[in-house]
Amino acid sequence: MDQLEIKNLTLAFGGIVALHQVTMKIRKGEIHAVIGPNGAGKTSLFNCISGVYKPMEGDIRYEENSILHKKPHQIASLGIARTFQNIELFRHMNVIDNLLLGRHHRFRSGPLSGVFFWGRALREEIKHRRKVEEVIDFLEIEKVRKKTVGTLPYGIQKRVELGRALSMEPKILLLDEPTSGMNVEETEDIARFVLDIKEELEVTVIMVEHDIAMVMDIADWITVLNFGSKIAEGTPFEIQTNPKVIEAYLGEGS
Amino acid sequence: MVIRSKTFRESYYEDIKLFQTVWIRVWIFLFLILLATLPLWGNPYVIYLINLSCIAVVAALGLNLLIGYTGQISLAHAAFIAIGAYTTAILSSKVGLPFWACLFASGGVAAAIGFGLGIPCLRLKGLYLAMATMSFGVVLENVLITWDKLTGGVRGINVAKISLFGYPLDSDSKIYYFLLVITVLVILGIKNLVRTRVGRAFIAIRDRDIAAEVMGVNITAYKVMAFTISSFVAGIAGGMYGYTMGYIHPEHFTLLLSIQYLAMIIVGGLGTILGSIFGAVFIILVPELIKGIARFSELLIPALKGKYNEEWNIAAFGLLIMIFLIFEAGGLHGIWGRIKTSFKNWPYTY
Repeated sequence: MDQLEIKNLTLAFGGIVALHQVTMKIRKGEIHAVIGPNGAGKTSLFNCISGVYKPMEGDIRYEENSILHKKPHQIASLGIARTFQNIELFRHMNVIDNLLLGRHHRFRSGPLSGVFFWGRALREEIKHRRKVEEVIDFLEIEKVRKKTVGTLPYGIQKRVELGRALSMEPKILLLDEPTSGMNVEETEDIARFVLDIKEELEVTVIMVEHDIAMVMDIADWITVLNFGSKIAEGTPFEIQTNPKVIEAYLGEGS
Repeated sequence: MVIRSKTFRESYYEDIKLFQTVWIRVWIFLFLILLATLPLWGNPYVIYLINLSCIAVVAALGLNLLIGYTGQISLAHAAFIAIGAYTTAILSSKVGLPFWACLFASGGVAAAIGFGLGIPCLRLKGLYLAMATMSFGVVLENVLITWDKLTGGVRGINVAKISLFGYPLDSDSKIYYFLLVITVLVILGIKNLVRTRVGRAFIAIRDRDIAAEVMGVNITAYKVMAFTISSFVAGIAGGMYGYTMGYIHPEHFTLLLSIQYLAMIIVGGLGTILGSIFGAVFIILVPELIKGIARFSELLIPALKGKYNEEWNIAAFGLLIMIFLIFEAGGLHGIWGRIKTSFKNWPYTY
């Protein structure tokens, strides 16, 4: 079943076309990788899905309903979570608070019960803390749970950011270069987490990634973008042998 | 029976409790007893200074919520304190409402106007927001002067004394408890607010607003909420100020007061509760400190005699903000944290 459908999406900044007539279908429960050279429009695509950019043309449908005119926080509460290419954590909060913030839309208490720290606010703090601990457990970041995020090493911050998205209990997870700047071991860890997210948590994953080896190993379906247009899609094997993809990556005549 | 050391926490509730160890509770209890018995043995001038500090602490907490926690720079804080003070003055002396109604009304009116100011200011950030809020402060000052039917204009306006069960609070040491109780309640309230959902959303907006929005925080609503709550607290502080002074005048609430509050939270520590308290008390004590230094230097150097005047305080605020921004961005709260750690680790420095 198509969980997310992107139809003829076009996005331009002034005269620069970031995305041109991009059409994609994301099936439930799959790992869908989006690859392409730098400037191909991968992150712009993510920004359109999460509502940060408003595309000029086309439509994005989540479970049959258009989310094009929704605000980012409304899209988040529908169950679409994401991470960012450059870590966008809340640097001065600790890990637990970052993850709790991910659960923001699941809280119901307002400022008044917060001021008294009583009744619903207190019950919710404890209830959601329990959920957050599950994510901490899943990602094996128990040791840093009370550390301020800004003081953590890069690889761990990446993992915390993944945790913040996961604690939203999303239905679709958008990962923007989850392994950028990581060494081989850290990349392996992330690959394992992504597979676990798909299999244990049953979350659909859409992933922008430059590590082609990892993409080929774990992705179920791949879309290739180049200069804002889709040039190919298919299974990892089909993509590997697609002449257009080879041309985009290595240049003509290779 | 099982006797627990309480060193290890057994539930998430214990983990999020406000005062984590027995010792902290003991210290706070002793401190409160000290404050509660102060009028019995303290010097009236000290009581007066503490009264001023209480008002400053409440107002600084409100400002820190907006600037320190949510990252929205405002120079209109004095205006909201003024709104609170004038609401209390008008309702207590012209309408004759009891003090609790006046205080709530002060907070309410300030919050409503803060809500109104928050909406157009949503799209502004940083310096532009500072300019917009500053102009609001200037406009309000003029409104207070020209709308003299309501506010008494340049003649100022009197605030009726609080009467508690028919017993008037007409001296500094009597109003002291009243101010102290409100201050403690506001400290607890703000502390609770910032450690729950709303506070996290505020900090998230300050640290990374786009990420906060993508994580599900309605930035628009929360920015306006920050303005509203901050103004509410400022309004309460204004009411406290009115009751303490007994007389208010538009000149008490100029841009300089806003800057003074900005100095408090920068010197104390942005985005911390303890910092707001430290900073407020410190800035209230600075003029006393300067007076002391001036008197001392007059003794040493007779040529300086009579050179001291109030203007020196303003220069000192400016100097203090500069010193803290350059040398101690964490403010007094940062210094406090370092002292605490070094005592904890003593005699092992690392």
